Amino acid sequence: MNIHEYQAKEILSSYGIPIPRGRVALTSDQVERASKMMGGRCVVKAQIYAGGRGKGGGVRLIHHPEEAQEYAKELFGHSLVTRQTGPEGLRVRRILVEEAVEIAREFYLSITLDRESSRYILIASAEGGVDIEEVATRSPDKILTLTIDPFTGLRPYQARKIALALGLTGTICEDCVELILNLYRVCLEKDCSLIEINPLVVTKAGWLMAMDAKITFDDNAVYRHREYPDMIDYSQLDPLEINAAKYDLSYIKLSGSIGCLVNGAGLAMATLDVLKECGGEPANFLDVGGGATREKVAEAFRIILQDCDVKGIFVNIFGGIMHCDVIAQGIIEAAGAVGCTLPIVVRMDGSHVEEGKKLLRGSGLNVQIGTTLGDGAARIVQMLEQGGQ
Amino acid sequence: MSILVDKNSRVVVQGITGRSGLFHTGQCREYGTSIVAGVTPGKGGIHIEGIPVFNTVSEAIKYTEANVSMIFVPPPGAADAIFESIDAGIGLTVCITEGIPIRDMVPVKAVLQGSSARLIGPNCPGIITPGECKVGIMPGHIHTRGRIGVVSRSGTLTYEAVKQLTDAGLGQSTCVGIGGDPIIGMSFIDVLTLFNQDPDTEAVFMIGEIGGGAEEAAAVWIKRNMTKPVAAFIAGVTAPPGKRMGHAGAIITGGKGKAGDKIRILQECGVVVATSPTRMGEAMLEALETAGKLPLKTAMARKQIHK
Repeated sequence: MNIHEYQAKEILSSYGIPIPRGRVALTSDQVERASKMMGGRCVVKAQIYAGGRGKGGGVRLIHHPEEAQEYAKELFGHSLVTRQTGPEGLRVRRILVEEAVEIAREFYLSITLDRESSRYILIASAEGGVDIEEVATRSPDKILTLTIDPFTGLRPYQARKIALALGLTGTICEDCVELILNLYRVCLEKDCSLIEINPLVVTKAGWLMAMDAKITFDDNAVYRHREYPDMIDYSQLDPLEINAAKYDLSYIKLSGSIGCLVNGAGLAMATLDVLKECGGEPANFLDVGGGATREKVAEAFRIILQDCDVKGIFVNIFGGIMHCDVIAQGIIEAAGAVGCTLPIVVRMDGSHVEEGKKLLRGSGLNVQIGTTLGDGAARIVQMLEQGGQ
Repeated sequence: MSILVDKNSRVVVQGITGRSGLFHTGQCREYGTSIVAGVTPGKGGIHIEGIPVFNTVSEAIKYTEANVSMIFVPPPGAADAIFESIDAGIGLTVCITEGIPIRDMVPVKAVLQGSSARLIGPNCPGIITPGECKVGIMPGHIHTRGRIGVVSRSGTLTYEAVKQLTDAGLGQSTCVGIGGDPIIGMSFIDVLTLFNQDPDTEAVFMIGEIGGGAEEAAAVWIKRNMTKPVAAFIAGVTAPPGKRMGHAGAIITGGKGKAGDKIRILQECGVVVATSPTRMGEAMLEALETAGKLPLKTAMARKQIHK
């Protein structure tokens, strides 16, 4: 689960990590007023669920409140496209207005899960404010890492080694030690899968400050933080994805025309792979869960049909313990209830498969049965090529 | 003719009184697994479907000599259930639970690293030795006894692979679903090591997916250590970056974890990679043929096809 920069900064601030003075605005008038409060000179930052905002034109140093208002109008009026958003970009609904800070030095600091060691890892670099993956490829020696032992935790001496390696000395070094320890506290207490400050700066006045922040919460831990669901900015998410999440379905919108309904994540990915191999373009990834209950299949059908791009549907269920006739009934009910006339190919395997096929054949739906994964994929692609007949 | 579980396995089910715990306990029993005990804190003393329920895993071991645990405890208590199983001295714990927070799994993994106990999962279908023992939620009937070891990060895709193997005349020694989470117990390499040592496993089929670097690490290990042919499939060639594809661990981040890179490294290390999920059985046959290990009957049938 993602949150905005300003929300991440609020969390950091509540753990004693210094952030610039700032205000969140929902209208261009509010941006103007916030800019006035900062004394005219300020930084205006579009809040979207993606990085690369600086290069994408979503961050600007402003000199007058009028300029702030003009720029805000521009941001609110268009989608912001960055290298992380995809070509359609993301709408800007919130803007962060911050005091302009004189920067002396910039660093990179983050804590994330390292899958190789199955531990949290602290990553730091004296090259801040730039894309860290770029630094990692260009000059890996400039990246410092520290694997954190879950039982001893992150110790002050370890944080000090990092601060010293970043070239910090004296009181700023000790401030940095405290900041690093607090960052680890945030990571654990807020169940973050990523927490990143880029850049962490030393101001010309000699303070440490988090100029930009990104937090990703561990989706599996959202249940133990009651405040998290309220922090989601739905304007940043695909409406169909929001709907699917309500029914606990794993759904991702893609750009093609074949709606996919599959049980299990691995099989769902493999189904997209086969469709592409057959020359088809999937409209979505959709995993109804390994168990594939009748209710889930019915909900999934409704969600796929809400997508106007869908011209045909490929259902691929490896029934296993769930009987295929039960699943077939779910498909017939759901398709019947919404009056679906689109071509459907169903490929089912597992127990009671013949009964399931019989039900589908007698259903009156525009349905074909795929005998195998490959056969099913080829059939739906062919049906669409022939105009759904 | 197997690894990790066989007809001597005595299984305790943690979370046996929950809906899916009870359902799958019944399914495993029907398959022939010996389920000797259940554990649900606070419900010790009762019997459910004739199975004695205990408050703790230690008690269950004391009275029933259970040596394998299958966990269905919901996410908030799942990590604790794994700790309890390890602490009680269970050699193999299979955790089916999906949705355990990362912060809970980090210490579990650290404890496992200093212990001889083994964990399969979490977020996995479990493990099955066809005809002998099923500890998990996979459909038993699609499996056949044989000599192919299967190891996978997926659930239903493994069933698809198993079906294709069976259709190709290749039975399975043991199938292990290691789970789709970023932090899991046994890795590909841990399972491959056991298959390599198992005299009744002749070859291995491996199913990976996007995200992380476990397949790459396994590829390098295979090249250095594996004495048996390996075939593989990697799901997610067409997956967009930055999106979590169903499994918590299936995500391409920072240009890492792409299917294409995994496939290339596996091929460089001598693994036959199925170019499509429709050709998984075919890839296994090819790997066996290259190694000169194809069963005579199958080899002749294949020659017929090629003619």
